Amino acid sequence: MTLAIDVHDLVKRYGPRTVVDHVNLAVEQGRICGFLGPNGSGKTTTLRMICGLLTPDGGGGTCLGHDLVREREAIKRQTGYMTQRFGLYEDLTIRENLEFVGRVYGLDRLRQRVDASLERLELTTRQHQLAGALSGGWKQRLALAACVLHEPRLLLLDEPTAGVDPKARRAFWDEIHAYAAQGITVLVSTHYMDEAERCHEIAYIAYGELMARGTAEDIIKASGLIAFVASGPGADRLAVRLRDAPGVTAAAAFGTALHVCGPDREALLKAIEPYRADPAIKWEEAEPTLEDVFIHLMGKARDNALDQ
Amino acid sequence: MRWGGFLRRLGAIITKEVRQLGRDRLTFAMMFGVPIMQLLLFGYAIDTDPHRLPTAVVAADQSQITRTILSALANTGYMRFTHQPNSEAEANELLQSGEVQFVVTIPSDFTRRLVRGERAQILIDADATDPMAAANPLAAAKPAIEQALARDLVGPLSGLRSAADSVDVVLQRRYNPEGKSNLNVVPGLLAVILTQTMVMMTALAVTRERERGTMENLLAMPVRPLEVMIGKITPYIAIGAVQVTVILLVSWLLFGVGVQGSFTLFCLGTALFITANLAIGFTISTVTQNQLQAMQASVFLLLPSILLSGFMFPFRGMPVWAQWIGEVLPATHFMRIVRGLMLKGAGFGSISAEMVALVAILVVVSTLAISRYKVTLD
Repeated sequence: MTLAIDVHDLVKRYGPRTVVDHVNLAVEQGRICGFLGPNGSGKTTTLRMICGLLTPDGGGGTCLGHDLVREREAIKRQTGYMTQRFGLYEDLTIRENLEFVGRVYGLDRLRQRVDASLERLELTTRQHQLAGALSGGWKQRLALAACVLHEPRLLLLDEPTAGVDPKARRAFWDEIHAYAAQGITVLVSTHYMDEAERCHEIAYIAYGELMARGTAEDIIKASGLIAFVASGPGADRLAVRLRDAPGVTAAAAFGTALHVCGPDREALLKAIEPYRADPAIKWEEAEPTLEDVFIHLMGKARDNALDQ
Repeated sequence: MRWGGFLRRLGAIITKEVRQLGRDRLTFAMMFGVPIMQLLLFGYAIDTDPHRLPTAVVAADQSQITRTILSALANTGYMRFTHQPNSEAEANELLQSGEVQFVVTIPSDFTRRLVRGERAQILIDADATDPMAAANPLAAAKPAIEQALARDLVGPLSGLRSAADSVDVVLQRRYNPEGKSNLNVVPGLLAVILTQTMVMMTALAVTRERERGTMENLLAMPVRPLEVMIGKITPYIAIGAVQVTVILLVSWLLFGVGVQGSFTLFCLGTALFITANLAIGFTISTVTQNQLQAMQASVFLLLPSILLSGFMFPFRGMPVWAQWIGEVLPATHFMRIVRGLMLKGAGFGSISAEMVALVAILVVVSTLAISRYKVTLD
């Protein structure tokens, strides 16, 4: 087993605020690791430390076998980092952007590589349009193409599909899987649960702390959460009343159905007891979803943060 | 009710604007900084009638009478005798390099001719590249000499009083005999236009990357700070060269001002100046957060470059503190180089000190720029 990313005890502080708090992360080569967590939880900061854009205040490790702090340049050469915001030049054409990136990395056969990349993107006919003229989904695909132009061994993608329509997102993820099949390791941050489920494994970070690690199934199992689904007329309206009940982590309406979950079966049953009398509403025990688990983990992380 | 709604919405927008303005610290500082700087500069620094200008005296003849004449010149307040060169050639060099504003020459047979009742000449050469600095002192010289001779030639010398009339004060406005101000303005404009465009363009070029979010992408790629800096600056050097060509061509066609001195030296000085300005622009961009701030910081530099460099007002008319600020600005040194080369036909010797100053500024600013530019986002 070769680890593409192997970092431990990563710490980053901004003034008195600890943004990343002793994070350990190991990703095997050729795997797609989903990096999840609430906004401001330190995902971007961690990605930036891994690709050498930020210097960690503590901890360290290796990335593609190179030391995180001392061999920054070597890591940069073999890593493709896609920023959250479109990082290419909107006032250059699609082709010019790819050529620029290729030249910075000092690639040989630049023309062929750019041609091939455009072909793959299906942008050959539009290669002379300004990158700024592309729609959100196309911009992201172009940015990804620019990231892999130098054939990196590791891809770091920071919320690459934020604000992109489902079809373009699916196309984007198909590409990510294709790259992984070639042996490229991918660490991708996202807020979308369906995307998380398309990853080989997931790392969940909240308030700078790594909370869970493993496949989606593992994480759900390890959470020990119990969930119930209520369906029937007016079931969704119970969400407001159940949300703050003791023993309930989350209660959310999904269409006309209600989804309730909590860590303790007895407490949860007690909480829903008053509403089970209604014959119109049908209660059923269900598998907790990844989202349930993450909301639960987020609450736990906040408690930890408050304890300190 | 309609008015109430209008005022409430208006109030909402005003509050929002004021809050945003307050968050943009640099803009806020500039809003106070620029007017205060202008007030200080215009109010205190600028004296369009400069006094105590450095003057070289070539006194081949020393007598009671020549001493009277020299002290009369000093008493006008315009001249301060700083150099006593041994030869005319040496005096010329002082004038050309700009170390002195005037050269007073008293020929060796001056007293003898005066005593004999013949016409005796005193020569005053002025560096008239800046006609403003030369006009008043020259106008005051002749009456001052005549008055002094009339007053001091008493006793046994009173017989010479009539001879005093035969003292001939010859004034020479060197480098700009007609006292045309546009001759002086062209080299100055060259410095100001280059400062303005070069500093601003680079400052914006780098800040734009940060503002649009492309900087993060650039930093994640294997490029070194020096490569980014030189790569960003180089195209603007070419733009600067085009600007210089246009200005030179126009000033030659319209005003008949060309480069009298060495053209190679002119190109060398210009290249140095452009590079120094670009390095300053780059440094500004490492400090400012957005393009607006970069623009304001450029203006902040441009103002003293116009006011304190000797472009708008005689350099020697400024108080010492303002002269020191002026000495730090590349525009000041470039202006002296260009004036020397375009108007005085100066050689390398007379402008070498200014060249050295430009190199020093370039080195300091580049070092600052590179140390400020970060490879990481820390």
